[in-house]
Amino acid sequence: MEKPAIKVDHVSMKFNLSKEKVDNLKEYIIKSLKREVQYNEFWALKDVSFSVEKGDRVGILGLNGAGKSTLLKVVAGVFKPTEGTVEKSGKVVPLLELGAGFDPQYTGKENIFLYGAMLGRSKKFMEDRYEEIVKFSGLEEFIDVPIKNYSSGMKARLGFSIATAITPEILILDEVLSVGDAKFRKKSIKKIQGMFDQGVTVLFVSHSTKQVEKICNKAMILQEGQLLCYGDVGEVIEKYEKMTDDSV
Amino acid sequence: MKKQFENFIKYRFLLGELVKKGIKLKYRRSYLGIIWSLLEPLLTMIVLTIVFGTLFGNDSKEFPVYILTGRLLYSFFSSSTKGALKSIRKNAPMIKKVYIPKYLYPMSTILYNYVIFLISLIVLVVVAVVLGVYPTIYLLQAPIALILILILSYGCGMILATIGVFFRDMEYLWSVALMLLMYTCAIFYYPERLLKSGWAWILQYNPLYCIIAIFRAAMFGQRLELGHLVYASAFSIISLIVGLFCFKKKQDEFILHI
Repeated sequence: MEKPAIKVDHVSMKFNLSKEKVDNLKEYIIKSLKREVQYNEFWALKDVSFSVEKGDRVGILGLNGAGKSTLLKVVAGVFKPTEGTVEKSGKVVPLLELGAGFDPQYTGKENIFLYGAMLGRSKKFMEDRYEEIVKFSGLEEFIDVPIKNYSSGMKARLGFSIATAITPEILILDEVLSVGDAKFRKKSIKKIQGMFDQGVTVLFVSHSTKQVEKICNKAMILQEGQLLCYGDVGEVIEKYEKMTDDSV
Repeated sequence: MKKQFENFIKYRFLLGELVKKGIKLKYRRSYLGIIWSLLEPLLTMIVLTIVFGTLFGNDSKEFPVYILTGRLLYSFFSSSTKGALKSIRKNAPMIKKVYIPKYLYPMSTILYNYVIFLISLIVLVVVAVVLGVYPTIYLLQAPIALILILILSYGCGMILATIGVFFRDMEYLWSVALMLLMYTCAIFYYPERLLKSGWAWILQYNPLYCIIAIFRAAMFGQRLELGHLVYASAFSIISLIVGLFCFKKKQDEFILHI
């Protein structure tokens, strides 16, 4: 049997929400002397386990605050889980809030290479794909302008173009298919579908069950940090719709 | 260990890009650009020479070179550690979105400041030759000082970067510490009288002073003092070990505090 692309094993994630943010020395010393530093423990994920086979496209459904984004960040390696482990085989490219890693003072062109390097690609690799990235983003005229002068749509387009051009094995999508104008959205959905055909593994968060149905072959529901169910997309969506209808 | 090394190889392009970015952005949109890194130490050297040369009645031709050596090393240490201290907070948006080994941020900050520092050594070469301070065989000791100060800055930078995430006050506290350090590094005065007094320890236990002294010995054709070498090396390496240890231990918590 082939090794799964992503294996999430009993992952829990705890946050300490301090009631007041203590970030200076004086307050900290005073508060700890008075024993006033209090934390509210908050478990964003509780004992979540699942594995994703290579080529699977998994939709993650859940209400706001169910732990969807936390789960994606744990898989992406941004958060280290409090308990449990995540194993990944292959290059993970997170598309969380596109263009968040850009440097505002850098031009579009410089950011392409910076972003590529952040995702572990060499300069040569990026040079080969430079034309393609610029063309797909449709930003030929603005590529030598500092990013701070870009509109948010332009930034998102550039981020999307870079992230998809570097051929990841695992793609993490956090509601990013709603970026840009209608034309770019169509283009980007097409591009992502092209990547599916090449067997990329996808984790996809969306509130739109329609989008999940269209893109994914599997789905899961998260509720208050717990994995409620995981299975074929049709069944899970049915359950999710029942769940949301009930709570209305 | 092997795994960490492999990881480092994987991200070497990023380190290169971050260093390049630091250098590029430092002087972007200024007319003189990188020339500032030559002009700035030269201008401060002139002012310090006039003020302190007159004040101490020192008009030897070596005095400007003496000031410049101290000032260049000090300002590298100061700007690189200050940069490293802020590096995690400054890159918060990136850290929150993409996984990157976090030590790359302080490391790239230190390295780009180091590159700028090495460029600014050109000024020292020019001034030394113009004022008749010519190289001797002892100049071969200079790389020792240049390597030690890099290790020291990286070690301190890692410690500061870790503390800086949890306590904002560290930025201000460190500025004060740096200013005190400047006065106790014998940048613009000769240390002899201080060394003979009861306050000699202020200099002797200051690793930066020891490194500057090694560098000056190299410039002025003297043998370095063994005590300086031993103390500065030990201090640098210990700071590096402590820095790496603190950083490694705390790095997974950074994300929760930025």
